[in-house]
Amino acid sequence: MSDWVEACATGDIDEEDVMRFDHGGRTFAIYRSPDDEFFATDGLCTHEKVHLADGLVMDDIIECPKHNGRFNYKTGDARGAPVCVNLKTYPVKVDAGKVLIQIG
Amino acid sequence: MARGMVIIGAGECGGRAALALRELGYDGPVTLVGDEPHLPYERPPLSKEAMVSEAPEIKAIASDAILAEKSIRHIHSVQAVAIDRAAHAVSLSDGSALPYDKLLLATGSTPRKLPMPGLGPRCVYLRTFTDALAIRAHLTAGNRIAVIGGGFIGLELAAAARKLGAAVIVIEAQPRILMRGVPAEIAQIIHDAHVAEGVDILCGDGIASIADDGNEVRITLVGGQEISADLAVIGIGAVPVTGLAAEAGLAIDNGVAVDAELRSSDPDILAAGDCCSFPLAVYGGRRVRLEAWRNAQEQGALAARNMLGAGEAHAAVPWFWSDQYGLSLQIAGLSDEGRSTVRRDLGDGAFILFHLAEDGRLVAASGIGPGNAVARDIRLAEMLIGKRAKPAPEALGSQAVKLKSLLAA
Repeated sequence: MSDWVEACATGDIDEEDVMRFDHGGRTFAIYRSPDDEFFATDGLCTHEKVHLADGLVMDDIIECPKHNGRFNYKTGDARGAPVCVNLKTYPVKVDAGKVLIQIG
Repeated sequence: MARGMVIIGAGECGGRAALALRELGYDGPVTLVGDEPHLPYERPPLSKEAMVSEAPEIKAIASDAILAEKSIRHIHSVQAVAIDRAAHAVSLSDGSALPYDKLLLATGSTPRKLPMPGLGPRCVYLRTFTDALAIRAHLTAGNRIAVIGGGFIGLELAAAARKLGAAVIVIEAQPRILMRGVPAEIAQIIHDAHVAEGVDILCGDGIASIADDGNEVRITLVGGQEISADLAVIGIGAVPVTGLAAEAGLAIDNGVAVDAELRSSDPDILAAGDCCSFPLAVYGGRRVRLEAWRNAQEQGALAARNMLGAGEAHAAVPWFWSDQYGLSLQIAGLSDEGRSTVRRDLGDGAFILFHLAEDGRLVAASGIGPGNAVARDIRLAEMLIGKRAKPAPEALGSQAVKLKSLLAA
């Protein structure tokens, strides 16, 4: 389970923003919070399989670009209609300017 | 004992309202009455995914299990026939009556009928899942589909029909498609996409007559052109369903007239979604009626809060989207409030038109592009519109300036 994968460099994502990362046939979303921490979730919204990386990050919320479903990207919690299924999250660490996620 | 909450209309708006009442902790009876045989479901896919799917399925807002778990009583296949305001009760077409403390009308809208003789079984409208299944059966390779009306439902259906290999012609009486609410520059891109996919679009010519013999529809245009089709789908707008409210003596003004808190002229009866007109604070109280999925959802939730006494005013900015082929369009705000536009290019052909009022206030933003290219900036524009911001036009037009930075200003 200690399958750490390099997703991007820290400078690839602005603060309070998100980026798409595809690996091994799967798609993820990597976030940089306003207080400069990194997080990772599944890349697709649980409502209609839309890439969340096209959505807007505000504080600790990612909003789906299609129907404004909202999730807390730090915990994966769904925050109201139309989304009701939580988003899977992944451990993240930063090492020498690289963002690594444990996709297990 | 509480008589409870009754919701008439089990679509997006009514379904969301019922769920919201429970999320808010209300523990009295909640009854959701719908005239369709289905669970509450999402309508947007009906003109999109459901049309191209091998076996279209309902996208339910709540399953039977969820409704049961939340003690929401869903009465389906039944119509509300009268409201007794004095007795606080609604009578239903099955002969029963439902008492209420608060009543929510979420009756939606119904397709505007083409006021013309000669329509028959091959002239159809799209509103329900049942309608969608009937239309879907005709969308086969080589079949000729005439779409009457170049609005969103007609165009989305045209795109789906082409995907399935049908021959499609769109007939629009106005000089261009999407006259209502979509800037010409964006409508032209959608027009060109349809033409590139092989759709014939005829604009600026009205229909003189229609003849439907049950096997074929023959349409004669005012200009003399004759069109034969295996199916004519009519998409010329929608009208609010207000019969029940009007019979009960509630004020009607292009829909059930409600105040900012969604209360009708009877304070114990609220209305929300497509069926109501309401004052939009962000445009100085301009009365509007919106036929949009997100509005139905937001107003359903707001109605639930206000049924429980929150006294909260509707404050959202209108938002709307459409998907056709690989293109997605999103519009925030009402573009007819604008007097000038600023264009912002986002790359890959995607762009946004910002609509500014005379005093420089941002009042709407219309975007189009591949996939969800415009989504994020339209969302930020929506927030700027809600804040009544007056961003500098040169900042809006420059890709180098992040819209998010304007929000903080």
